[in-house]
Order: sequence, then C-alpha cells, then structure tokens
Amino acid sequence: MEAYISLFVKAVFIENLALSFFLGMCTFLAVSKKISTAMGLGVAVMVVQTITVPANNIIYHSLLKEDALSWLGITGVDLSFLSLLSCIGMIAALVQILEMILDKFFPALYNALGVFLPLITVNCAILGGSLFMIERDYSLGESVTYGVGSGFGWALAITVMAGVREKLKYSDIPGGLQGLGITFLTAGLMSLGFMAFSGIQL
Amino acid sequence: MSAILTNETKKVLIKPLINENPITLQVLGICSALAVTSQMSTSLIMAIALTSVTACSSASISLIRNHIPSSIRIIVQMTIIASLVIVVDQILKAVAYDISKQLSVFVGLIITNCIVMGRAEAYAMKNPPLESFMDGIGNGLGYSLILVIVAFFRELFGSGKLLGIEIFELTKDGGWYDPNGLMLLPPSAFFIIGMIIWVFRQIKPEQREHVEFQIMPIAHGEGGHH
Repeated sequence: MEAYISLFVKAVFIENLALSFFLGMCTFLAVSKKISTAMGLGVAVMVVQTITVPANNIIYHSLLKEDALSWLGITGVDLSFLSLLSCIGMIAALVQILEMILDKFFPALYNALGVFLPLITVNCAILGGSLFMIERDYSLGESVTYGVGSGFGWALAITVMAGVREKLKYSDIPGGLQGLGITFLTAGLMSLGFMAFSGIQL
Repeated sequence: MSAILTNETKKVLIKPLINENPITLQVLGICSALAVTSQMSTSLIMAIALTSVTACSSASISLIRNHIPSSIRIIVQMTIIASLVIVVDQILKAVAYDISKQLSVFVGLIITNCIVMGRAEAYAMKNPPLESFMDGIGNGLGYSLILVIVAFFRELFGSGKLLGIEIFELTKDGGWYDPNGLMLLPPSAFFIIGMIIWVFRQIKPEQREHVEFQIMPIAHGEGGHH
C-alpha cells in the first residue's frame, strides 16, 4: 500500500508530467487562460489517463511483450515494437468510446467535457503516461495508481497556471514578452516550485 | 537541385525558420521537445528524427490526399505518422542505442507532436507531394533551430561542454568555470524559450498576439510613472 501512495505522490508532484517532462505543453499553454476551462480540461485528462494507462498495460502485458502470447501457445514472439501504434490506437479508440458514452448517458458531463475530448487524443501527456508505464514496467495496480496520479498532477498544474494567468493579464509587461513569452517564464517558475518536492521519500 | 527548388518550394522551406516558426509563433510541438535539450547530442538526434518524420509523413499523406475520406482522415494520418515513428525508433535503437535510451519515450512522443499533425492537416491535405515534403522539412528545421539554440545554452552553461567536448574548463578540474546546475534542470528550458520568444517578438512586432487588456500609459499623470 505504501508503495502505491509513494508512487502517487511521485506522479503528482515530483514527476509532474506538465512541469518536469513538458508533456501536453501545447494544450497546457493554449487552454490555460481561464480557470474554469482549464479545470474542465484537467478533469478530462485525468479521466482519460485513468482509463488508458491500465488499458494499455493490459494490452502490452497480454499481447505485445516478449513471450506474452504464450497463453496462445506461441513463444519467441516479441511484438513490443508495435507498442507505439497500439498505444495511440487504443487512446484514440477509448476517447471516441468515452465521448459516445458520455453523449448517450451523461449529457450534462458531455456538455462540460465534450469540447476537450478530441484535443486529448493528441495530448502528449496521455501518450507519454502510457509510454512511461511501459518503459518502467509497471504492474496493473501500479499503472492504475500512476494513471490517476499523473492525470491529477497535470490537472493541478494547468489549474494553477490558469489562476496565475488570470491575474497576469492586468500586469504591465514589456511588449515582446506579452502573451506567450511571460507564460513560458511563469511555467518555468512554477516548475521550480514543483522541484522543491523532489527528494521526498514516503 | 535548382530544378527542385522552385519559388514555391523555396518559400515553404524558408518561411518556417524565422517568420512562421512553428514553436515561437504557433506554439506547436514543444511538448516532447524540451526535455531532451539538456545536451546538444540528444537534441540534434531529436531534431533529425522529427524533421524526417514530418517530411515523410507530409509527403505520403499528400500522395494519398485525394483518396482519404475526410471523416476518418485523422486516424489515417495518425497511423501513417505512428508507422514512420516506429521506423525511426527502431533505426535509433539499432544505430545509436545509448542516445535512444536517453531520449526514452520522447521519440515515441513525436506521434503526438503537434507540428507533424498540424502540417499534415494544414498543408499536406491540400498540396502536391513535393511541396508538402519541402514544407515538412522547413517546419522540421524551424523546430530544430529552437531546439539547438536551447540545447546550446543549456549544455554550455550547465556543464561547460558542447557535444561532449569541453569548452569551459570546470573548477573541479582546476579550471575557472563553475557550472550552473539550474541549466540542467527542466525550468531553465522554459526560461530560455521564453527569452527566445521575447527576442523574436521584439525584432518582429507583427508576431505579437492580441492582448485583451492594453495597459494605457498615464498621459498627464502627476505620479511620475515614466
């Protein structure tokens, strides 16, 4: 249990996908102008991440990994080079299914999250989470924890960023630095803040 | 060579370098890039990988552009890009295993790099293969330019080296330069890109974005704000 808590804290703070691996930066910078939209996108990322990382974990361990097909009586086959293709396919398919389910059964939620769902397929944070899961060889339990944690960390980062940016638009910034430039510097400072968590061991 | 470089191809090749740089103007493709810039060698490899994937994917998508039904075009583009990235990934693993280990998941993340998808969607779907190929190379080079600039500063000031060759002699080896450890950490990449954007937009004010709240100078104020 402790290992899972430690992994969760690590995924949220120390190895924050947005601020220490720069993943999902395009959407992170484009959709962080208002707190409410940023939070909507953050929740959507968290939901998708929680589903896709374990799903990719199951696919990888039961189909692609070396000798994973032994339950079919096939040995000596290593399909792990296909993991990129299967991960992105899985993500695209899951996002599509999620969109249809939300549309059918939870229209209110669909109206809130719907616009962000197509963006998420090409969000590097989602694919990055799955690829990190494969690279670090997480078990199913660990991958669920990592999915929730990394999604939550990303949501936290984008919400805080939006909060800062809402105040920033009233400040007097040199012409060339306005907009994108100052956003980068802010993200850098936030990233410094998150680094203060590094070295924490639970 | 001069036959290939017509005006149109030359334009699409050069425009993305400064005037329409995908990173500083359109904020595309920074996702997977910044984490690899703490060394020149990794960022050069990453730049080459991305440029070749963008060029090849644009060319191949452009070849079949008239046969793709528009409702499934995203998934077709995605599959083409993912296959090209797998090829690049396997080549890297075979030829430069150490660097491919350092780049870890970031080669795979070229799939979701917005530059590749963006060029496929915005240019290759409407233009013939050769122009699309050149457009891919141009945008790849625009991305490479920023990547190499960032890596140059980070490696030079962070470890006193360039491409692993010592430029500044470090104090621990009896030299004069005390390396700035911050440069090797993630925040420095944000700062350097922010600065590059500042410089670009100071030189080319037309690249600035529209601001919601213009701060008005106090015209006849008495506070002495100037």
